[in-house]
Amino acid sequence: MCLAIPMRLTERDEISGVVELDGIRREISLMLLPEAEVGQHVLVHAGYAIGTVNEEEAAQTLELLREYADAMVDL
Amino acid sequence: MNSRIPPTLLLAHGSGGRLTQDLVRDAFVPALDNPFLATLTDAAVLPELPPGRPAMSTDGFVVDPPVFPGGDLGYLSVAGTVNDVAMVGARPLWLTWGLILEEGASGELIATCAAGAARAAQEAGIEIVAGDTKVVPKGKGDGIYAVTAGLGVVPPGRDVGDHRIRPGDAILVSGPIGDHGATIMASRHDLQSDGLRSDCGCENSLVEAVFDAGVEIHSLHDPTRGGVLTVCHETAERTALRLTLQETEIPVRREVRAVCEVLGLEVLSLACEGRVLAWVAENQASAALKAFQNHPSGAGAAIIGRVSERQPGQVPLVLQTQSGGQRPLDLLSGSDLPRIC
Amino acid sequence: MTGEQLLSDSKAVTGLVRRIQDVAKKLDRTATIMEVCGTHTHTVAGAGLRRMMPPGVRLVSGPGCPVCVTPVGFLDRALALARLPDTILCTFGDLMRVPSSTISLERARAEGVDVRIVYSPRDALVIAKDNPEKRVVFLAVGFETTVPTFAAALAEAEQLEIPNVLILPGNKVIPPAMVALVEDPDLDVNGFLLPGHVSVLTGWEVFRFLAESHGVPGAVVGFSPTDVLRGVLELLQQHVDGRAETKNLYSRVVSSEGNIAAHALVERFFEPTADQWRGFGEIPGSGLKLRSEWAHRDASRIAVEVPPPVEPVGCRCGDVLRGVIDPPECPLFDAGCSPDTPVGACMVSSEGTCSAWFRHERWSEG
Repeated sequence: MCLAIPMRLTERDEISGVVELDGIRREISLMLLPEAEVGQHVLVHAGYAIGTVNEEEAAQTLELLREYADAMVDL
Repeated sequence: MNSRIPPTLLLAHGSGGRLTQDLVRDAFVPALDNPFLATLTDAAVLPELPPGRPAMSTDGFVVDPPVFPGGDLGYLSVAGTVNDVAMVGARPLWLTWGLILEEGASGELIATCAAGAARAAQEAGIEIVAGDTKVVPKGKGDGIYAVTAGLGVVPPGRDVGDHRIRPGDAILVSGPIGDHGATIMASRHDLQSDGLRSDCGCENSLVEAVFDAGVEIHSLHDPTRGGVLTVCHETAERTALRLTLQETEIPVRREVRAVCEVLGLEVLSLACEGRVLAWVAENQASAALKAFQNHPSGAGAAIIGRVSERQPGQVPLVLQTQSGGQRPLDLLSGSDLPRIC
Repeated sequence: MTGEQLLSDSKAVTGLVRRIQDVAKKLDRTATIMEVCGTHTHTVAGAGLRRMMPPGVRLVSGPGCPVCVTPVGFLDRALALARLPDTILCTFGDLMRVPSSTISLERARAEGVDVRIVYSPRDALVIAKDNPEKRVVFLAVGFETTVPTFAAALAEAEQLEIPNVLILPGNKVIPPAMVALVEDPDLDVNGFLLPGHVSVLTGWEVFRFLAESHGVPGAVVGFSPTDVLRGVLELLQQHVDGRAETKNLYSRVVSSEGNIAAHALVERFFEPTADQWRGFGEIPGSGLKLRSEWAHRDASRIAVEVPPPVEPVGCRCGDVLRGVIDPPECPLFDAGCSPDTPVGACMVSSEGTCSAWFRHERWSEG
């Protein structure tokens, strides 16, 4: 029950912000993530930012997946 | 907008008297101007039909909101009916356009829809030959409803329908899917976008261009309500064949995909209002694709699936997923609702 | 290829499946891996992952669909409230077609009841401001991912002095249900795929007890096909090695302590309570109720007549939710109970185990 999407925070004020993904924008609440910074990728669930994306960890995960994929190409 | 169009609609505008005459004359006739409508009489007497078999369609339009990025209910109602007629291989000729308006509806809305209907008629090369206007009390309508009928002719020698679909046939789509449905859902749930717009459009000239290129189209469907999913499932049921779609081949615009992700919607179930699905013989697939892509409405066309035999008990519709797996595709129960799960 | 695409890429998936096949060769009997999140159910069904598993690896759905585990009585109370004068009901789309003892919210709306589908609890505040003479009641279902959004919405309602917004509390928390699962004699779960977005809020450490106290491996995973498969691989490896640990495989968004701001808001408004789960009966500490100082926000305190709940006859949702049976083993599955005519809640939500199975795992019909 966890439909939450990573979207980029493009602007913010005290408690609200605007997030963007592939040309789609929505105003969301930052009450659950008051320290969010413009430019960060945040997880958006039901109109609220609930967490930030750790870019370094994300890059490592993708690298791991590339290894799995590349191993298949050689077969 | 024509300053003679009333700012707000009254019940009296539908009563048949002077106000009705004024409304028709000021709001509709200028936009939809043609010799048939100009007579303002009970029925349009049409010229003799061209050779071939007549084809007719009817439809009702209740879209909410009635004005959306890329179109309006007026445009949609004409384009949708033109497309229905084109889907049986007929060349659309004449439409009727009936409106049920709600007391209190804004004159601007009516003017926008009339202009939209006129624009679609011009694009499709058809004429709206008869119309009607009724006004219902406030609360008994939803602004504006449109009901249409469309008449066209299937040229001699042409036979388009599900009865022509064979195992081995290729399934083509004329462009990216879900644009209309995603645009409507986005506007209902406060998602903004510069690039998101309805794909509503008249597809009769695209269909003719494919025939003109020498492609023998077996069957055509426009994936409106219920989207590609519903149309393919119904076609598979009707033909007792199996349809397999390739997820990686189905074109979807990035904004549409994003709307689906945020709201938890199934893109295959979203309505398209200016797209065509075509079934053609295997050996004509690339010719058909080229013919689509050569036409402005078909620039984003793709071959998205195949038809095969169906063994008894097998499910009718299957998706080959982008992850390399397969899953059966079943009809949605009711419309797709936004979800948090 | 973009990162997003890579997460679902067929070559990466194939690579992971090959590794899973290798590890599965060392199994001496079937290993059961359970997910407890409706969105994981959706991923498994949507990508066709179940079919990719080697023999000996069984993927099972647990009580991860909050709509499915919500007892019928909650819907009955929601309907009774909706029928009160000057009341607007707000709900997520997920609840619209769930059958109550009588009719669904969708049917009630057709009969004239004011029910509105919203995307966010915040939308209810807008509706309340636009309708000051009405009472707006939000049906609060969902697990720990969603609970803080209700707390935040209520906090904002207090701050903006919007008095006419209330919630009908129905939120649940997952760990107590998982205790019930590991203590269930009918179940033998060899590994848990742990809910990634719940963990964003709670921190992954709340799930450590499964490995440390009950010897069951756990892997916190995200929601793409490769995320789920990486979890399956990790759990199988642990199981084959005879280890039991809790691994965070969703480190790009999950930390050990979770979302502190969210914890504070939830604490402010809610406290744990015993709660009814369809299929499990009462589980202590598994639900959340509003603290008494928020009585004015609590729609469960509104006096309204609610008839005794009627459970559907023959429905085995409870056994499906516990992972004891697969949907086709319920006598009503595809024999009266289908997504078009759901009898039990498992069939309604698109994340419900039965619905997902009906729509994506039935390879033959008739």
